[in-house]
Amino acid sequence: MQTSKSRRVRLATSALLALTLATTAAACGGSDDEGTTADGKIKLTVATFNEFGYEELIEEYNAMQDEVVVEQKKAGTANEHQDNLYTKLAAGSGLSDIEAVEVDWWAALMEQADAFEDLSDPEVEGRWLDWKTEAATTDDGRLIGYGTDIGPEGICYRADLLEKAGMPTDREEVAKMFTTWDDYFEAGRQFVKKVPDVAWYDSSGATAQAMINQTEYSFEDEDNNVIAAENPQVKEVFDTVTALSEEGLSTQLVQWAEDWTASFQNDGFATMACPGWMLGVIEGNAEGVEGWDIANVFPGGAGLWGGSYLTVPTQGDHVEEAKELAKWLTAPEQQLKAFDAKFTFPSQVEALEDPGLLDHTSPFFNDAPTGQILADRAEAIEFIPHKGPKYADINTAFQQAIQRVDEGKESPEDAWQSFLADVERLG
Amino acid sequence: MGVGSTAVKQVGGAGGPASPTRARPDSADVRRSAWRRRLSRLDTRVTPYVFVSPFFLLFLLVGMFPLAYTAFVSVHQWGLLSGQGDFAGLDNYRRVLEDRYFWNALRNTVSIFVLSSVPQVVIALVLAGLLDTQLRARNLWRMSVLLPFVVAPAAVALIFGNVFGDRYGLVNEVLQGIGLEPIRWHVDTLASHVAIASMVNWRWTGYNALIFLAAMQAVPRDVYESAALDGAGRIRQFVSMTVPMIRPTVLFVVITSTIGGLQIFAEPRLFDTAGLGGSDRQYQTLTMYLWELGWRVRDLGMASAVAWLLFLIIVVFAVVNLLISRRAGALRGVDG
Repeated sequence: MQTSKSRRVRLATSALLALTLATTAAACGGSDDEGTTADGKIKLTVATFNEFGYEELIEEYNAMQDEVVVEQKKAGTANEHQDNLYTKLAAGSGLSDIEAVEVDWWAALMEQADAFEDLSDPEVEGRWLDWKTEAATTDDGRLIGYGTDIGPEGICYRADLLEKAGMPTDREEVAKMFTTWDDYFEAGRQFVKKVPDVAWYDSSGATAQAMINQTEYSFEDEDNNVIAAENPQVKEVFDTVTALSEEGLSTQLVQWAEDWTASFQNDGFATMACPGWMLGVIEGNAEGVEGWDIANVFPGGAGLWGGSYLTVPTQGDHVEEAKELAKWLTAPEQQLKAFDAKFTFPSQVEALEDPGLLDHTSPFFNDAPTGQILADRAEAIEFIPHKGPKYADINTAFQQAIQRVDEGKESPEDAWQSFLADVERLG
Repeated sequence: MGVGSTAVKQVGGAGGPASPTRARPDSADVRRSAWRRRLSRLDTRVTPYVFVSPFFLLFLLVGMFPLAYTAFVSVHQWGLLSGQGDFAGLDNYRRVLEDRYFWNALRNTVSIFVLSSVPQVVIALVLAGLLDTQLRARNLWRMSVLLPFVVAPAAVALIFGNVFGDRYGLVNEVLQGIGLEPIRWHVDTLASHVAIASMVNWRWTGYNALIFLAAMQAVPRDVYESAALDGAGRIRQFVSMTVPMIRPTVLFVVITSTIGGLQIFAEPRLFDTAGLGGSDRQYQTLTMYLWELGWRVRDLGMASAVAWLLFLIIVVFAVVNLLISRRAGALRGVDG
């Protein structure tokens, strides 16, 4: 049943592709090799997005054994990575031996749990925070993902720009200004009054996402019924963010777009919500910019944004070797090194208590005790927001609605109405 | 065929009734020659088809089959990951035609198509005309117009994405440098279409120019000489002689660029990060819409319905193009 079904889907997919894209020559990299290198070693691929901090770990793994050679495929954004994953999942071939999956669309993939290997193993029991493992365990007890990182959020800021506005720059004092969203936005209003050509935060969408992540049930309820349209908390976030945009607090740029990336080099904004992994992105985008710092605070208490799993798709040729590698990559020692490289904050219990993590400081962020700050931010988390199978799709529509207001294409009321229509359309 | 078969007939007719003793070998001969005759007839009739068949077999496999299978999928409920569901009749088509994003995508596609194909063909013609003259280092120029074609569309999209950045892009910085207002390339509908069309033009103009150039070189040179003697200038020669004489090629390029233009995908898909053609889908094309339905909404049934609608639209456009080009040629009184 399952196989004939997936064969049909494969047929349907290829038929559709052949019909429509034959002359478009979509530049997709075909994965074509039989999974071995010229000298007979097994070739394993690891597909990730943004920054996982795996570059050096993979070199290390390649050097410590001679059976497999590991290669990383990095996608620029989580969206791109997700599209690729779905396409190849439907086609039944072409996935990497290990695929990273972000929590926002984890629930949607859990519905396809059969396409992934059961990774449960006595060796890894108790390795992760309970909720991280629970979310990756199917009803019949299969573990289909190994946790990599979690995204406890702090506020990153440009001390030099705050100074221009005559605001405190010390991270302890800054933290006191940002304990609630109201305070944070009020500080923003003061800031843009003094420094009108710099925005307060990096993007309306990102700020909205940070606030949505503090809602236990945002777009879907406990039973995964879509409640985005009725949920007053969602509307409130939308209203707040779109109003602030008109007040000039936002860059009105879209996260991950070229202009957003460029704004790091152009003094585009003064603060941003930053989960651990974002620190690595900032360091990359703002290379050469001085003045970045991080405050041990998050408006409204605490927030989690992002964090990922590694999965091993069953369609791979070398699932045993891939499982071995996934187990190694997500071991506490390795995750700590990844944190060192790109601030991907560990979801592994043992790593969370590691003195190396807690003593971690970052020269780029003005020698801030980044390890301790993120550990405190993780400690402050009281619940894990629920994200059902439709979460990622609705979130995309939500972000686009906010973007339409930012760009002046629609009034906030119209944008909200068309968001409701989009949710309806997603079914 | 005529000559051979008469000869065989005569041999058989003469030997048959006259000498019964030799009848047996003779009738064997007759049978053999009849067989040979049939074979040879078969040979002349069938062989050409056998020789052209690989193309058609391949076409059946990679052209007709997907077409038919897509039609099959389009009348079923069909999830990307869940597979075939119930028979749905024309329900998928109805849902597509009722979706406002379909009409939006159709408008965008036609707009980008017009903005890209028209200038593309005109510039390519002019470019080919220039390359057809006695330039120094001719081959170098001819090679270099093909260069953009070699670059992958994804790379083109990345570079142009930076060039057309709304806030920190190259074009806008130049505009602001000379005191003009920056253009919101990713926001305004028309501006985004122009930006995307220019990516397409950058890639395809040189390619089309080379096709035109090949056709122009087949135009006999003595015609130009007589035209020059009659006092026609270069521009007059180009407009009144070169273009009408390569009309079949122009037709070919117009139709291929119509087909390509209506299927444009990579450039607008990579123009922003969400891949839906902007916040208001102001540059979502039909293929992007198809892709959204198939891979974001994960409904292959509806996506297949869009594929078929797109196919029909392209057929209509191609036919209209053909008629217009024919008529334009006929008005000039050139037969071709």
